[in-house]
Amino acid sequence: MVDNPHDTWHHERGLKDGEIMIQAKDVSFEYFRRDAEGNVVEVKRALDGINLRVKPGSFVAVLGANGSGKSTFAKHLNALLTPAEGVIYVDGKDTSDPGQELAVRKTAGMVFQNPDNQIIAGIVQEDVGFGPENIGVPTEEIWKRVENSLKSVGMYAYRESSPNHLSGGQKQRVAIAGIMAMKPKCIILDEPTAMLDPQGRRSVLQTAHQLNKEEQITVILITHYMEEVVNADYVYVMGDGQVRLEGTPRQIFAEPAELERWRLGVPEITKIAFGLHSAGVPVPMDVLDAEELAQWLLEYRKGR
Amino acid sequence: MHLQHVNYIYGMGTSQECPALCDINLEIRDGEFIGLVGHSGSGKSTLIQLLNGLERVSSGEIYFNGQDIYDPDYSLKELRGKVGLVFQYPEHQLFETSVIADVEFGPKNLGLDQLDVELRSFQALKQVGIGDDLLDVSPLALSGGQKRRVAIAGVLAMEPEILILDEPMAGLDPAGRDEILELLAGIHREKQITIILVSHSMDDVAKYADRILVMNAGQIVLDGTPRQVFQYEDELRQIGLDVPQSTALLHRLSKETEGLRTDGITVQESVDAILDWIQE
Repeated sequence: MVDNPHDTWHHERGLKDGEIMIQAKDVSFEYFRRDAEGNVVEVKRALDGINLRVKPGSFVAVLGANGSGKSTFAKHLNALLTPAEGVIYVDGKDTSDPGQELAVRKTAGMVFQNPDNQIIAGIVQEDVGFGPENIGVPTEEIWKRVENSLKSVGMYAYRESSPNHLSGGQKQRVAIAGIMAMKPKCIILDEPTAMLDPQGRRSVLQTAHQLNKEEQITVILITHYMEEVVNADYVYVMGDGQVRLEGTPRQIFAEPAELERWRLGVPEITKIAFGLHSAGVPVPMDVLDAEELAQWLLEYRKGR
Repeated sequence: MHLQHVNYIYGMGTSQECPALCDINLEIRDGEFIGLVGHSGSGKSTLIQLLNGLERVSSGEIYFNGQDIYDPDYSLKELRGKVGLVFQYPEHQLFETSVIADVEFGPKNLGLDQLDVELRSFQALKQVGIGDDLLDVSPLALSGGQKRRVAIAGVLAMEPEILILDEPMAGLDPAGRDEILELLAGIHREKQITIILVSHSMDDVAKYADRILVMNAGQIVLDGTPRQVFQYEDELRQIGLDVPQSTALLHRLSKETEGLRTDGITVQESVDAILDWIQE
C-alpha cells in the first residue's frame, strides 16, 4: 500500500495500522443520463479512483465544491450507493455485499443537508426513538438511548417539543441525536450546515466535535466551508471526482492557489496572511484563525 | 420606498399573537445596494414580504414612489412587478418545460405583448450569463448555480425598480457564491436599480453593499455604511452576528496596541493598516 500521510498522523498518536473505520480503494462511480428509450446519452464520472482511509475515533473532513463528487462519496459510506469499480470497507464490512447492507448502516449513520427532510415524528423524543425502534431495540433501552442522545446534543430540554417549533440548527441536532440513538461507530454529516445561519452552524459543529471527543465516535464531515475544517484531524479535498489534496488543516490552508483551482474559497484570514507575506512580513502561511495571526503579529512587532 | 411606524404581528386576533416587526421606520433611496442582515427569526423575511405587498402591516404606512400602497385604488399587482422578490432556494420554483418559458412567465403576467415578453426575457437571461444554447433546455437539467440564475432572470425580466433577494447564495460553494455576488454587482452598476440583499455572511455584505441594515428581534438596530456598522463588533456578536474577519483581526490587535487604523473591512484594507502599523 502506498504511503499515506494519514498513517503518519495516526502513528504519532499511538494507533496501529490495522485499525481502520473506513477504507476506500480505487473507488469509481458513474451516473448515467438516459433518453426516453432508455439509451445512455451521457455518462458522468462522479468518482474517479478515490483512495481514502479513516481511523476510528478521528474527525475527518471531506472538502469539495458543488459537483466535486463529495456527496456521491458520502452516499457510498453507508451503502446508499455502491462503487462501480473499487471497494469500500466500513468497519471491515464490504458495502457492495448486499448481506452486509444493514450492518454497514448500523455502523455508519448519516445526517443530511436539509433538516426538514429527515424529521418525521411530531414530538422530538419520538423522532429520536424512531431509528432504534426500527432496528428492534427493546422499549426500555430505547428510552434510555433517547435520553442519552438528546442530552449529548444539548436538546434534552426540548424532548417534548414539536420539531417544527425548532430552529434549523436545533432540528439538525435532533437529527444527529436520532442517529446517535442507533449507537453507530461512525457518523457521516453531509453538508449539515449548508442551510443554517451562523449560530446554527456553530452549534452543529460544536455538537459534532463533542461527540467525537466525548463518545469517541468517528466523524466524517462533508462540507464546502473552509472555516469548518479548521478543527478536523485530517482533510481530504475533492475536485472533479478525485482527491486533489489531503493533509492536516494547516497543510491544506497553506495551499490557497490549489484550493481556488477547485472552486473553494480561502478564509479571509488566510488571504490577509498571504497579503502580508508578499509584502515581506514573514507571517507563517498556515495560520488558521484571527487569534493566531493576531498573536503572531503582536510578537513580531514587539521584536522589531 | 418609505416605511413609517410599521408593526407586524403574526396571528393577529388569535391567542398566539407574536410581534414580528416593531416600529420600523425606514427610507430606501433609489439606486442603493442594501445588505439586510440578522439571525434567523430577526424579522428580515417578514420585512421583505411587506415591501412587495405579500404581507400586510398590522399598523403603520408604506409608501412607494410617494404612493400609499394600502390605498384602495393602488394596485398591489403593479407593486409586485416593480418590487421583485427572489425567494430562498428560488430554483425550487422553476416549473416550466424550458428555460425561456420559465423566464417569460413573469412578464407575461404583467400583460405585455409577446414581442416585449420575449425581448425582456432574452435580455434578462443574457444579463445573468445564461447562453442561447440553454434557452430550450429543461430547467431541471441545469446545474444548481445555473438554475438559480434562471430564477433570478425570471424576476429581472419583470424589470423591477427594486430587486430583493433572500439569501441568494445559500447552499452554493464559494466560487458559486462569488459568481452570484458579481452578477448582482453588475446588475446594480448597469441598470442602476435598487438592490436589497438578505444575507448571513458579513464578508459578502461588506464587499458589495453601500448600506447595511442590521435587524434583531423585529427592530432595525443598526443602519449605516459597512464601515460604520462593523465598528460595533461587540453589539453584533451579542445578537449572534459576526464582523468580517479582517475587521475582527484589526479590532483584536487594537486591544493590545496603539496606532493601528481599525476601520478596515476588506482584506486589502486590513493588510495596508497592519503594514503601516508594523513599519511605524
